[in-house]
Amino acid sequence: MDPVMPPPIKRIVLDRTPNVVDGLPRQDLERPTSEQATLGHSTGADGVATSDDAITYKASARQAIERMRIESVWLAYGERWVVRNVSLPVRQGEVLGLIGASGSGKTTLLRSLNRLTEVTAGAARAGQITLDGTEIGGIEVTALRRRISMVFQQPNPFPMSIYDNVVYALEEQRRGRRHAQEDNERRSERDERDERNERNERDERDERQGGLRLPGARLRRGRRRHEDAVITALQRAGLYDEVADDLDRPALSLSGGQQQRLCIARSLAVRPEVLLLDEPCSALDPISTAKIEELIVALRESVAIVIVTHNMQQARRVADHVAFMHLGELIEYGTCEQIFERSLHSRTREYVNGEFG
Amino acid sequence: MSTTAILDQDLGGGPSAPPADAPRPARRDSVRAWPLPDQIAYWLCWAAGIAMCLIALGTVLFMLLKGISYLKLSLLVTSPKASGFNQATSGGFLDPIEGTLLLTAIGTVVAAPIGIAVASWLTEYGRPSWLARAVDSAVEMVAGAPSVVLALFGLLVFSRPALAFLSQTSAGGSVFARSFINAGLIMSLIALPLIVGSTREALSQVPRHVREASYALGKTKATTIWRVLLPASRPGIASGITLGMGRIIGDTAIVVFLLGSTLRIEPASGAPVLSLLRGTGSTLTSYVYENSPAGEGDAPQKAYVAAFVLLMLVLAINALAMRLGRGKGEAVRWTR
Repeated sequence: MDPVMPPPIKRIVLDRTPNVVDGLPRQDLERPTSEQATLGHSTGADGVATSDDAITYKASARQAIERMRIESVWLAYGERWVVRNVSLPVRQGEVLGLIGASGSGKTTLLRSLNRLTEVTAGAARAGQITLDGTEIGGIEVTALRRRISMVFQQPNPFPMSIYDNVVYALEEQRRGRRHAQEDNERRSERDERDERNERNERDERDERQGGLRLPGARLRRGRRRHEDAVITALQRAGLYDEVADDLDRPALSLSGGQQQRLCIARSLAVRPEVLLLDEPCSALDPISTAKIEELIVALRESVAIVIVTHNMQQARRVADHVAFMHLGELIEYGTCEQIFERSLHSRTREYVNGEFG
Repeated sequence: MSTTAILDQDLGGGPSAPPADAPRPARRDSVRAWPLPDQIAYWLCWAAGIAMCLIALGTVLFMLLKGISYLKLSLLVTSPKASGFNQATSGGFLDPIEGTLLLTAIGTVVAAPIGIAVASWLTEYGRPSWLARAVDSAVEMVAGAPSVVLALFGLLVFSRPALAFLSQTSAGGSVFARSFINAGLIMSLIALPLIVGSTREALSQVPRHVREASYALGKTKATTIWRVLLPASRPGIASGITLGMGRIIGDTAIVVFLLGSTLRIEPASGAPVLSLLRGTGSTLTSYVYENSPAGEGDAPQKAYVAAFVLLMLVLAINALAMRLGRGKGEAVRWTR
């Protein structure tokens, strides 16, 4: 892990192991009952299949539902292909860890999931990425990004109060509103949130019609907009207890770890189906890191999580499935234990053991 | 004492003071030891710095000393008297102060939104790139244009019959082209590049991932600019606006060309506010010019006092700009 040493330039000859997803026949991936079965499982070779049962401490009684599918995806910045032919499933109920050396394309892959790569000029994609069976290119981008939320490497709260940071996330773009409404018809989570909004609006209406009230009371009630949603989001991110007494503090006055949890709260406020985390702890101290890792593990039940990390221990601690990438290619995909203990690919073993990277 | 000895002592000595016999670091190698050309250059730099201080001090003191005998509070609240050609009867400079404030207000109100919009477009969109380059050059050009050129340009433009409504028209039908609104519009041009520049600078200080975080919440570019980037750039924008105000306050050519040379504010006929905007007047700068020996008025002492007030005003504005530029202690800063 000598940071000075560049990654080896030598191209890796891919000996396709059963764990590599893109070697799989399609129907294996598309089986709706692929919940518990890992991909390593389904091809079922050489005893690796049992590994999933072995790590019961994380896999306890939950159902992994496939939400996103990355299929033969190629990504380029200009002339340079940075992700080459990667296929992966993203499931709710588990954490997918993306590991690999710098320049392996994992962040680019992550950013392509909510089409954030499109912000960069010259970015291009080939292959399919689907969210609940719909190609993400066909979903209106602001609506898509509310369904697939993202947290960045550096904490980046906006220059407003803690409360307003979350409210900012909650406000829907006019452009995306219609699309969001269409989605609401079939998504219960959204319904829930809408109900909450409606309640808030009802409160406001009541307030308007309420006639004579003390100005102070009106002010306090005026703040009720989205209040439930804000508090829920802050609670889910494990930040509420620390900031409850002063939600109007500037968000940038929080500590780094708190800022990052605020960013997570902000991302959770929109009730996303998928949460993308791009090395969320790399700028944080160990205690904040531990808090955020706990949070990630707790959140995976309600939201599919993809985390990019350089920290092998972190991947081990939080990820259920791990994908190892190298120079843009997916080398190996498997359960956490499989990758770290019984990797089938020599390059993975080398990376995991810290021989390069 | 050798280096190793020092090291040994440091290791053993703990946090206490260095030994008394330790060699002290040389205070500074004497300039006299430098090669002669370096010495000469050094003393020239030094002299330039001192000269700068002397000039600044001299200007303030000169204005103060020359005008102090006439500096009365009543000067600030009485209008100049058009007929007065001697010191005692020429009145105060209330109107020039009002004119300065009004002109600054007009210029700022016009320049700030346009400047912020231009800067936002340049930093956040900037497409097509040839247009961005053209806009950039245009801003540079306006920034570099002497204000007298802009004033002349304004005089030509505003004398068009189509723009007669901005000023007054003489009986013969020629457009006067001089009014507060005309001068204010051209004044906005000299403030504009400063506002564009500092807003751009401030916007580009916001790290990319902050923008992306907003996009990642499903926000459009416009919402991101309006709700995240501009608030984050507020100190920079504020200092740009303040610098712009300073420039407007200090400009003379545009006032002389486009506000006319009446020392008193002479509103045009018509509705109250409009008449003022279409009317003529003066500012502190034009008042100083008119009353100085170079101008027509023969009240140099008044000019000194007015110049002193003007100087103080500009210094205050610039100090404010610097303060705003620094922002508050717990300023908005992200990791890059």
